[in-house]
Amino acid sequence: MTVANTKTTRPVLIFWIVAGWVGYCLLPWYMVDDGLWSFKWLVDGYPFDDDYAPAAFLIGQGVKLWLAPILIPLAMPLLVIGRPKSDPLYARILIISGALGFSWLIAQGFSIGIRGFNYDWLKLLFGEPRIRQFGMGYGAMISASAFLFLLTQGIAARGAINGDVFVVSAIGGVITIVTAFVFYPIANMLFSAFITEDGAYSISVFAAKFFDDRLWGLGCLAGARCGAAWNSLFLAIFVGVITTALGLCFALVVTRSGFRYKRTIRALTVLPVITPPFVIGLALILLFGLSGSVTVFFADLFGIQPTRWLYGMPGILIAQTLAFTPIAFLVLIGVVEGVSPSMEEAAQTLRANRWQTFRTVSLPLMRPGLANAFLLGFIESMADFGNPLVLGGNFDVLSTEIFFAIVGAQYDQGRAAVLAMVLLFFTLSAFYAQRAWLGKKSYTTVTGKGDAGVHPLMPVGLSLPVMIIALTWALFTAVVYAMIVYGSVVELWGVNNTLTFKHYVTAFSLRIEEEGIRWTGAAWDSFWTTLSIAAIAAPLTAAVGLVTAYLLTRQSFAGKNAFEFGTMLSFAIPGTVIGVSYILAFNVPPIEITGTGVILVVSFIFRNMPVGVRAGIASMSQLDKSLDESSLTLGANSWQTFRRVILPLLRPAILAALVYSFVRAMTAISAVIFLVSAKYDMATSYIIGRVENNDYGLAIAYSTTLIFVMLSAVGLLQLIVGRVQIGRRSQLSVKDAS
Amino acid sequence: MSEPTISSKAATVRFDGVSKLFGKDVVAVDNIDLHVAAGKLVTLLGPSGCGKTTTLRMIAGLEMASSGRILIGDRDVTKLPATDRDVSMVFQSYALFPHMSVLENVMYGLTFSGFAKDEARTRALKGLDLVGLKGFDTRLPSELSGGQQQRVAVARALVLEPQVLLFDEPLSNLDAKLRRQVREDIRAIQQDLGLTVVYVTHDQEEALAVSDEIVVMRNAAIAQIGTPRQLYDTPNDRFVADFIGEANLLECQITDVSGDTATIEIAGHRHQLPSRGLTSGPATLAVRPSRILINEASGIPATVDKATYVGVRMEYTLTGGFGQVFAVQDDVDEPIAPGTEVKMTFAQKGPVLLPGE
Ligand SMILES: Nc1ncnc2c1ncn2[C@@H]1O[C@H](COP(=O)(O)OP(=O)(O)O)[C@@H](O)[C@H]1O
Ligand SMILES: [Mg+2]
Repeated sequence: MTVANTKTTRPVLIFWIVAGWVGYCLLPWYMVDDGLWSFKWLVDGYPFDDDYAPAAFLIGQGVKLWLAPILIPLAMPLLVIGRPKSDPLYARILIISGALGFSWLIAQGFSIGIRGFNYDWLKLLFGEPRIRQFGMGYGAMISASAFLFLLTQGIAARGAINGDVFVVSAIGGVITIVTAFVFYPIANMLFSAFITEDGAYSISVFAAKFFDDRLWGLGCLAGARCGAAWNSLFLAIFVGVITTALGLCFALVVTRSGFRYKRTIRALTVLPVITPPFVIGLALILLFGLSGSVTVFFADLFGIQPTRWLYGMPGILIAQTLAFTPIAFLVLIGVVEGVSPSMEEAAQTLRANRWQTFRTVSLPLMRPGLANAFLLGFIESMADFGNPLVLGGNFDVLSTEIFFAIVGAQYDQGRAAVLAMVLLFFTLSAFYAQRAWLGKKSYTTVTGKGDAGVHPLMPVGLSLPVMIIALTWALFTAVVYAMIVYGSVVELWGVNNTLTFKHYVTAFSLRIEEEGIRWTGAAWDSFWTTLSIAAIAAPLTAAVGLVTAYLLTRQSFAGKNAFEFGTMLSFAIPGTVIGVSYILAFNVPPIEITGTGVILVVSFIFRNMPVGVRAGIASMSQLDKSLDESSLTLGANSWQTFRRVILPLLRPAILAALVYSFVRAMTAISAVIFLVSAKYDMATSYIIGRVENNDYGLAIAYSTTLIFVMLSAVGLLQLIVGRVQIGRRSQLSVKDAS
Repeated sequence: MSEPTISSKAATVRFDGVSKLFGKDVVAVDNIDLHVAAGKLVTLLGPSGCGKTTTLRMIAGLEMASSGRILIGDRDVTKLPATDRDVSMVFQSYALFPHMSVLENVMYGLTFSGFAKDEARTRALKGLDLVGLKGFDTRLPSELSGGQQQRVAVARALVLEPQVLLFDEPLSNLDAKLRRQVREDIRAIQQDLGLTVVYVTHDQEEALAVSDEIVVMRNAAIAQIGTPRQLYDTPNDRFVADFIGEANLLECQITDVSGDTATIEIAGHRHQLPSRGLTSGPATLAVRPSRILINEASGIPATVDKATYVGVRMEYTLTGGFGQVFAVQDDVDEPIAPGTEVKMTFAQKGPVLLPGE
């Protein structure tokens, strides 16, 4: 212990000081065009070429002189080396230099863009010199991080969070990246809704776009078409109600009936995880489309003309119900199981019969779960992009309208931003309602103590209809999935029904030649891109998620509630909104990553972070806090505690977070479709492209492959986590083994 | 140094006007002053919620004092986080790391104290030896009984040779038989090594048995500090008298004080005892159940309400003009039947005067 107390060298401080200098003097300051992993710049004119030069060399050559002031905050921290932490100067110098450096970097980044000054008042002040700069590269990023973490070390030295450098830095880091990649793009997008074509701000432009009839028209009440906002809202409400009802049926069948194949029903919950969202839409087309099996069958039977009834509200409704019922089921099964059997048993001993018990005790206790399931269904439906795109027909919803405003002939950023605002307003309201209302009422009666007793069976009058509904729907789901597999091996659906592996061959053929394997299939490019982007994003997502979860469960600090709200917010931001806001925010400096793989990775991290956070919170709150505390009193600092005690105990949660963020990155479409580029095409956007070309065979074959890839990923996870958890159960019995 | 031994760097602990607030208005600890001498075992005793754990955690650095100063040895540690304090703690739940073997658990703190791996290992084994767990080093915590886990937790804290060792209700997860044994072990190790120990419990019997000194807490403040004997024989007030051992608290009148001796009157009966600085007027008499004498020739008239045979002694409830008292008698052979009218007095030594309500 005494050793620890008297140490004067501070490796973390030295590290960040050095990092700052390295970023400034050695690494290319601006974004290198050839990609993050290309090191061509090393032999291509570095360090003197303007494009590749480190900041120090740029200044040395007399260009980009606005980078020179950064030298001051870079040099200041050198003064504190060797000073004790308790010296007030130590904290003050670090805070000043960190804040100065970081804010100067941000200020210059936003002020000077590709075309010189971004703001008129700067032009007035300095004239219009021929200056410009590109997006931040390695050097700028590393220097910025160095300033950020010098700042957090200064704050810690001032005594925040008991002077804990790790915790303060983690909070600072998470706040910074969430601000940069969630709040900044969203705020930026909201502003762009007010911008006219020639770049001025105008309320009336906004108002014109906002009060557009295509958005709020109520024509459908009179037989015409409704606006996209109403369509989305009605659809989401329907989907929410229906998925909740179906989810409840499934949950009741699994927990409160004598049904024998419960495990099979439970397997339903894995479906939404492994299915790219639009695949269900495709399968529905195979069944009910113009040349769908069912359509053709009935047309032949009754001699009626096949119709396009599927395209529009009915199709989307069915597809989304199929896709999101398992989510409602997943939420409700926890709730239905969470109702303590002893409550129900108590009611029965108080002379309530089964039906009365269900109505007066079980159902009311499930109410928050029902609301939760409804809101989730609502949010998912609002945010869904794939199914409306495939099945929408003339039925406009917000998410697809946003897409067409950006990629369509009528390219209109402002309109996209307005639509995105409306969509965001709906989902955030639902998100807020969920938290405000459910946060206070927790009826879960799981006590943590072994709760003996069994759930009573449903009353017969209830169980019969519930069983019928659930089983019918389960059967329908099975048919739909079977259709997907079958559709992938049919030559041309509805026209030529011979079986063939043609589509798989087109997509995934390969030739073995002397130089190695030649990936000749059409899908390989996007497949490998998807795999590698998902594989890069997954560990980062898990890391950000778990650190955030650690801060939320284990630390208390000012503004923690806002912090939590901010980190969970991206859960309620539809992918389309993220997509639009990213291309608006990140195609200009200082962060200029549109068209790169980085933007895809970043979007996945922040789309999927809440999954990691939830997984982390769930398992961390099961670890007794005294484990951390004893580690602290034994002389470990909070970083050592996190690494040596918490992380090892969280292995199952880490694995789960890894696999789920990997899989979600592979199935995502709504944000991705805005962010892909020729160089970085993703599987899902490639498939959508095929669908738009009416190349259903290839699209379905590719989707089927994805489903099986993800099924194996999830299966592997189950296998490994299953093992780990067995080891862990016996370990966690420590506390009750006394 | 081939055979390191575990020695002690016992230091004093001082609280100067320390308070702890949770949020704005939950006062968990209210302006307490405390001095723990080096090498002593001091117990924090009090009913649940009185702030014992909070006080202990402030010594550990797991909670930061809202105001006041905390010193360990000569060092002001008020603002120092747990990691940087030379204090270790044995948790109520033991908090053994479930993914590490017993040896790894005990070595854990040593690796952060700058010891080489071999040295850390030797010290850890020594520590396990000390608590009687030789040969258990490769087991996982889940493969130990509750008592053994407890001892691993003690060893893990001991091997760091902390300036202060803290225990938060260490016996509460053990069964009654084991409790006596473990508490004697803890006391023995503390005395052998001369450790400074601060020990939290809500069990007064446990506190009386192990402590050099007891700090009785009530409502976030200190009610009284003293040796077990002082607290038992001369409690400061009704709360302490009642909390330490059982006491009958009877209203009485001090009729006369001469020198250090007071004469009191209770239900017409007179009794003399040390005045403890009280003056004439209403007061409270605290009498331990064993200090009540029944069936005397003269004394306060009372009726036996209830008589219970509990094996080693008889327990009686008596009522009379003074109210109700609880008494125990060693004589089990000739029990007094309920309903009997008796005369009751107090033993010469034992009863103490407390300020009135
Ligand atoms: N983290 C906390 N937040 C708010 N109140 C707390 C917290 N910890 C303890 N308290 C309150 O402080 C008081 C003292 O608690 P504690 O020290 O645990 O009591 P004891 O250990 O004596 O039973 C209690 O009223 C308790 O509710
Ligand atoms: Mg306590």
